[in-house]
Amino acid sequence: MSDLLIMRGIVKQFPGVRALDGVDLEVRAGEVHCLLGQNGAGKSTLIKILAGAHRPDEGTITFGDGEMRASGPTDAIRLGISTIYQELDLVDGLSVAENIFLGHEKASMGFTRKGETNRAAQVLLDRLGHGEIRPSTEVGRLSPAGKQVVSMARALSHDARLIVMDEPSAALAHDEVGNLFRIIRELTAQGVAVIYISHRLEEIREIGDRVTVLKDGRTAAVGLPARDTPTAQIVSLMTGRNVEYVFPQRPAPRAEKGKEVLRVEDLTVPGVVAGVSFSVHEGEIVGLAGLVGSGRSEIIEAVYGARRSSGRVLLDGRPVRRGSGTDNAVRLGMGLAPEERKAQALLLDESVARNITLAGLTRYARFGWMNRRKEMAEAKAQVEALDIRPGDPNRPIKTLSGGNQQKAVLARWLVNGRRLLLLDEPTRGVDVGARAELYAVIRRLADEGIGVLLVSSEVPEVLGLADRVLVIREGEIVHESDARTLDEHQVLGLVMAATSSKEDSGE
Amino acid sequence: MSEAQPKQTAPEAPPSDERKRVEHQGRRADTLSASRWGALGRLGETRHLGLVAALVLLTIIGLLTRPENFATTANLVTILALASTIGVITVGMTFVIIGGGIDLSVGAVMALASVWATTLATQSYGPVVMAICAVLVGTGAGLVNGFLISYGRMVPFIATLAMLVAARGLAQRMSDRRTQLVQPDNNALVELSTTRVLGLPLLVYIFAAVVVVGWVILNRTTFGRRTYAVGGNPEAARLAGINVRRHTMLLYALSGFCCGIAAIIIMARTTTGSSTHGDLYELDAIAAVIIGGTLLTGGRGTIVGAILGLLIFTLITNLFILNGLNTSDQLIAKGLIIVVAVLLQRRSLEART
Repeated sequence: MSDLLIMRGIVKQFPGVRALDGVDLEVRAGEVHCLLGQNGAGKSTLIKILAGAHRPDEGTITFGDGEMRASGPTDAIRLGISTIYQELDLVDGLSVAENIFLGHEKASMGFTRKGETNRAAQVLLDRLGHGEIRPSTEVGRLSPAGKQVVSMARALSHDARLIVMDEPSAALAHDEVGNLFRIIRELTAQGVAVIYISHRLEEIREIGDRVTVLKDGRTAAVGLPARDTPTAQIVSLMTGRNVEYVFPQRPAPRAEKGKEVLRVEDLTVPGVVAGVSFSVHEGEIVGLAGLVGSGRSEIIEAVYGARRSSGRVLLDGRPVRRGSGTDNAVRLGMGLAPEERKAQALLLDESVARNITLAGLTRYARFGWMNRRKEMAEAKAQVEALDIRPGDPNRPIKTLSGGNQQKAVLARWLVNGRRLLLLDEPTRGVDVGARAELYAVIRRLADEGIGVLLVSSEVPEVLGLADRVLVIREGEIVHESDARTLDEHQVLGLVMAATSSKEDSGE
Repeated sequence: MSEAQPKQTAPEAPPSDERKRVEHQGRRADTLSASRWGALGRLGETRHLGLVAALVLLTIIGLLTRPENFATTANLVTILALASTIGVITVGMTFVIIGGGIDLSVGAVMALASVWATTLATQSYGPVVMAICAVLVGTGAGLVNGFLISYGRMVPFIATLAMLVAARGLAQRMSDRRTQLVQPDNNALVELSTTRVLGLPLLVYIFAAVVVVGWVILNRTTFGRRTYAVGGNPEAARLAGINVRRHTMLLYALSGFCCGIAAIIIMARTTTGSSTHGDLYELDAIAAVIIGGTLLTGGRGTIVGAILGLLIFTLITNLFILNGLNTSDQLIAKGLIIVVAVLLQRRSLEART
C-alpha cells in the first residue's frame, strides 16, 4: 500500500503558543491510522490543518499525487478529505438526506430534487450497512449512533479518500461502538483511509493498524503497530513518564460499613427506570455500570431531583424533595458533576474562581451581600488542594484542559462540605495522565467520608475505582457485588445479556 | 463574569527566583483589584473606553457647533432629565438581558403605571400613594411577565410582546384615551422635577440612585452573580442548585419595578399620566444595553456600559435638536451607531480570545 497522506515538519504558531512544532504523519490508503496524544498535544490543531481550517506556518503536506494547498474547508473536501468532529455538525431539523448533501445539494436551477437526493442518500446508507435509516427521517430523531452513520454518509457523498474521526466513540455505548468498527472496516476495505482519534486504548488495539503518538506539538513516534505495541510504551510516549498505578489503592476493607448516606427506595422513572433500590455509605464509591440508555444516567438525575420520578430518596435519613428543582438536593448535601461538562456544568465565560463558588454563593454572603475576599480565598484553597493548573483562579475556565475543568467542577461541591457526590462520566474527554489524577482525587474524597455514586461507560473505570458495582440493564439492577470480585468480561456479559437475548429471539 | 477576569496579556516572563515570583504575583493581584474597584476605575477600563471616547467626541461636536447653547446648565439639566426616564428602565433591562431574556413591555408598563397612578381615585390618596401605586403596578406587570416565562415556559420575546400590547390597551381603557393631569393637591410629585439640589432636579438623583443600587446588586450580591450564571448557562445554574425559574421571575419583576419608578419620573416631568407615554422606549433601552456591550445571548454585560450607551443616545438627540436638524436624520444616526458599536465590540472580543 502506498502513502496517501504525508505530512512533514508541520509547524503552527498561535499567539503565545506553538501548537505544532514539527509534526510528521504518514497515512496509507486503506488503513486505520490512530492518532494518540494528551489534551493539548496538538491533535485538534493537526485535524484542523487537514480539514483546511488552519494553514500550517511551515512544513509540507502531500495528498494523493500532489502537494495539498487547501485554503479553506471546501478545498479540503474537494480534495477528498472529510472530517467528522466530536460534536457532530448536523442540522437536527433537516432530514437525513438533506444533511448528507448539505452544501452540495442535488438541485437544478436552485430547486432541490428531493427524490434524487433521497435515492442517492439511500445508496450511501446501504453502503454503510445501515439501509434501515430512512433518508426522509428528521436527524434530530436519530440516536447518537445513527447521527454518526449520517456523518459518515456525508463524508462518503464527497467521495472522501481520507476520513478523520475525532473521538467517534465518545458518545456511543458499547454495542454501538462495535457497529462503528464494522463500518470503518468496510470503508477501509474499499481503500478509504481513516485517521482515528480516541482516548481509549482498547479501541485502538481493536480497530487500528498503526499508531502515531503526539506529545507537546511534536511527533513522539510514527507508525507503531497498533496491536502489538505494549500499553506501557504507548502511555510513556504520551506522557514521558511511566504510569504504573492508574487507579488509586482502595482502603483495606473494613469490618463494618460507614453510616448510610444515601438510601434509594423503589425509584421509578416511567419508561426508563423500573423501581430500583440501593444505598451508598460514607466513604464508599458505588459504581453504576450499564449501556447508554440502560437508565444509569436517569437514576443519577432522578436522585438529584433534576428529573421527575416516584419512590423515596433519603439523604442522611431526610427525604429529598425532587421534581421541582435541584435546590433541595443541594441544600441537603448532594453535588453533581454532570455528563456534559461544557453544556451542563461550566460558565465558560467566567473565571475558575467563579465557577468553583457557583453552588455555594450563600456561604460568602450575608443578606445577599458577597464577601468577595472570602470567596476568592476559598476558591484559591480549592485550586491548590486539587492542583488545578494553571493555578490562577482568575483565569477564564475555558482556557483550562478538560481534566482541570472537571477538577473545578468537583471543587465547586467541595467548598461547601458535601455528603454525597454524583459523578456522571467524570473522565469523558480527559486524557490519560489527568484521569489518574482525577481518580486519586475521587478516592481521597471518599476517604474523607463522602459517599460517591459513579456512572461510567468504561467498565475498567467502574471496576478500578468503585468499591461496589451495580449493573443496570433496562432500568433495573441486575447484579450487585464487590468490585474486587468482578472482572471486565463478567460485567460486560451482565450489561449486554438482555441485548443479545433479544437478538436471539429475533426481535 | 468577564469584568473580573484579567486581561489577556502576553505572558510575562516569570522571574526565576522564588521570592521574586511571589512578589511578582502579589503585584499582579494588586493591579487587578485596583482595576476592579468602583465605577470610576471601571470607566477607565478598555472595554468602556470606546464609549467614553464617543461621549467626549459628541461633547466636542456640541461645543463646536452650538457653543452658546450646549455647555449651559439648562441644557445639561435637559439632557439628564431626558436620560433619567429611559435610564431607570435601562437598568432593569440590563438585568433581564444579562439573565438571558428580553423585556419588550417596558414602555407600555410605564404608561400603564402612570395612568393607574393618575386616576382620580388614586390621586385622592395623595402623592405618596400615587408613587407606591406606580411601583406596584410596574412590579405586578413584571411578575406576570416572569410567571409566564418561567412557569408558563413562554419565550420572553412573545410573553413581553403580549404584555406590551395588553398593557397599552389597559392604559387606554383606564384613561379613556385622555391625558390625565396630576391634580394641584398632588404637586409634591411634580416638585421632583422642579426642586433642585446643587442645580439638578431631584429626579436626576432618583436616576443616579437606581443606577448605583443596580450596580451594587449586579456586582456585589448573590442575586447579581446568579443573574450572570442564569444567563450564561441556565442548565449549569440549575444543576448547581440555583432556582433558575424563581430567579428568572424576579428579574422580570425587577424590570417592572424599574418601569414603576420611571413612571414616577415621567409624571413629574410631564405632570401627566397617559397611555401614550413611553412609546418605543423598549427599543431605546435595548439599544442602550447593546451599545454598552451586553450580549443579547446573556451572561455578559455591565450597567456602566448600558448607561454610557444611553447617554450617547441622549446626547445625539440633544445635538440634533440644538442644531435644528431633521429628526429623521437623527434616527438614521442612531441606527448607524448601534451597528458600529456592535461591530467594534465584536472585534475587541475576538482580539481578546
